[in-house]
Amino acid sequence: MGIVALKKIGTHLMVAMVLLAAVRPAHAIPAFARKYGLPCSACHEAWPMLNNFGQTFKDNGYQLGNDRDAPIYQQPGYWPIMFRVTPTWHRESTKRVPVDKVPGNKSSGLVESTVTASGFDVGGIDIVTAGTLYKNISFFVQPFIGNSSAGLAQAWVRLDNLVGSHWLNFKMGKFELDEPISQERALTINNTGALYYNYFFTPPGDTNFFTGIGNLQLGAEVSGHSDNDYTRYSVAVVSSNNGLTGLPSNQTYDVYTNLNQGFEVPGLGLQRVGVYGYFGESPTFFQTTGGRPIPGTGMGNRSFYRAGAYGQWYFGKFDFQTFYMHGYDNVFLGNSVPANQPSKLPVGAVGPSWNGGFVEGHYDYNPRLILISRYELIRMSREANPGMRSNAGNLDTWTVGYRWYPIMNPRAGLAWVQEYSRIVNAGTAPLSGKDDINNSYLMGFDFDF
Amino acid sequence: MRIKISLAGGAVVFVSLLLSLTAVAQQTHVGNLAGNASHGKALYQRYCIFCHGAYGDGTGDSAPYLDPKPRDFTKATFKCRSTPSGSLPLDSDLYDTISRGIHASGMPSWKPLTRQERVDLIAYIKSFSPRFQEEKPAAPLPIPPEPPTSAESVKRGAELFQSMNCWLCHGKEGRGNGPSAASLTDSKGYPITPFDLSGGTRFKCGESDEGLFRDLTTGLDGTPMPSFTDAMKPDQIWDVVHYIHTLRAAAKGRPSPAQAEPKAE
Repeated sequence: MGIVALKKIGTHLMVAMVLLAAVRPAHAIPAFARKYGLPCSACHEAWPMLNNFGQTFKDNGYQLGNDRDAPIYQQPGYWPIMFRVTPTWHRESTKRVPVDKVPGNKSSGLVESTVTASGFDVGGIDIVTAGTLYKNISFFVQPFIGNSSAGLAQAWVRLDNLVGSHWLNFKMGKFELDEPISQERALTINNTGALYYNYFFTPPGDTNFFTGIGNLQLGAEVSGHSDNDYTRYSVAVVSSNNGLTGLPSNQTYDVYTNLNQGFEVPGLGLQRVGVYGYFGESPTFFQTTGGRPIPGTGMGNRSFYRAGAYGQWYFGKFDFQTFYMHGYDNVFLGNSVPANQPSKLPVGAVGPSWNGGFVEGHYDYNPRLILISRYELIRMSREANPGMRSNAGNLDTWTVGYRWYPIMNPRAGLAWVQEYSRIVNAGTAPLSGKDDINNSYLMGFDFDF
Repeated sequence: MRIKISLAGGAVVFVSLLLSLTAVAQQTHVGNLAGNASHGKALYQRYCIFCHGAYGDGTGDSAPYLDPKPRDFTKATFKCRSTPSGSLPLDSDLYDTISRGIHASGMPSWKPLTRQERVDLIAYIKSFSPRFQEEKPAAPLPIPPEPPTSAESVKRGAELFQSMNCWLCHGKEGRGNGPSAASLTDSKGYPITPFDLSGGTRFKCGESDEGLFRDLTTGLDGTPMPSFTDAMKPDQIWDVVHYIHTLRAAAKGRPSPAQAEPKAE
């Protein structure tokens, strides 16, 4: 009962987190533009993606450092809040979905069919209030309001420039990890292509509560950077609850770190390379009462990690982001077996491992138009169970699109977006075991104010 | 025929020389980096246009909400320079300003841009004013070595702060609230507030003593802050620099040499 419930909880959590991430739009923050009179393009290569100036501003605790950062310098009516809404029309098509042969008659048997849905939609409202409570004390609060859900995406406070140095900052609360390439600031928003899948990947059959570095986490972070932000580091200690409030799973702590270095190449501009790693433990069973797991009592912890390297490369109006990840989960996590029942491990079971990555390219025609393309893949290098297909979990996605910003000023931003994305999950069609394929097309507005 | 050819050749050479001289005047160099105005234009449109305006005249969309107002590049009048009052700035002066920002204004530090990008921006900014084609910047004003700070130096600085009428604008305690402060305007007629010498960690054009010395010698063009290079000797200017430091310490409630000395009246 315990492990079954655990699996269910794990599955539900993973689905909830991925869906939440999928519908949660990334953010740009006109509240800052209003405060400082700067256009979106000053901080964003194309909002919401940050350029180095914007990253520096963020790393400085949302401060420009010109002694106008503290709220006392703002008009009393200034309210550091931003709304972001994305009214769109989109079409979603999924191949090889198991459907009743006769609709409405569950005894008619299942066949695979392509399911297509389309229509107008609104992804939810993103609300962000952020800024400084005082000089060198910054904050960020982001409630999320979806069509059928609401929650707290981020909430943190940060002590900036401790001992008068950019090299020491302390943040605590719920926050986005200092990801190599920010999931929160992804340029694409469609159902299939909004995610960096490597950030949310766990192998098929795996019940690791941690579902990826793309999830917002609860913890504390120490970070620092050079004056021009070329050199950056961050180390975060987070509760191993996968960012869920209420301490639902475990009482241990995970560690995430990211180090990166920018350098100038004559004629090309700023380039950046970095390495990162997330190292943690996840429970394999719970204390139970009447067979039901007691939240927060995760036991039988087993280890896992995600680690890799990345780069950001600029060639005039072109830029590329390259990302690599290697992942590993302990054999008990990979096989959904409680660590106190090792006899349940299949013969030949091992800890699953995989490699993944993506290349995302941008062409900045000008600050108002950016073309986007991305290819992402995941390849299992070792399945948890020798009985599994060797490619179970492999994934390929392609995304193309553009964002055009007819309005971009210190008060508001409006983008017209069109995107197409396709994902192929190898061998995961429930009936035939063939590839599961999703196609997503989206066009619409993305605006904030 | 030969004479005609020679005349024509001479004319070509003359025009070429003229053009090349013009080009030289427009060139931008900081260290071993040369500015590219066309690259700078793209950067300007991304980072600068909303304050400084499409024509560089300081009338961007955000300008009405900023205090002090953004610089009007068409006038080629710059606050932070190493050159005498009224002179064009050096390229390195503009580079320093872009890199450092202007303290207590809407102009942030653009150090996150690459060095080449900053030099490209300067090349484009210079294209807004014909002065950069017609004139050359004067030689930088020298900054002699700083003498040691002493109670005597601070006392002399306090007396100069009084006798040079610095307090009329900056106030007796350097808070920027002197009797003339409310009536001050910049060169375009916009109200301007004297710098609060008692607060913050930096001055308008930098945080070093040398930077403050330079501000006193060059003046801040486009503002009521004059050059004192003719009114005071270098040692006297250093005395004022030392005194200004005590204003900041006094404002923070720390013991300072100024508190041990008679206050400027």
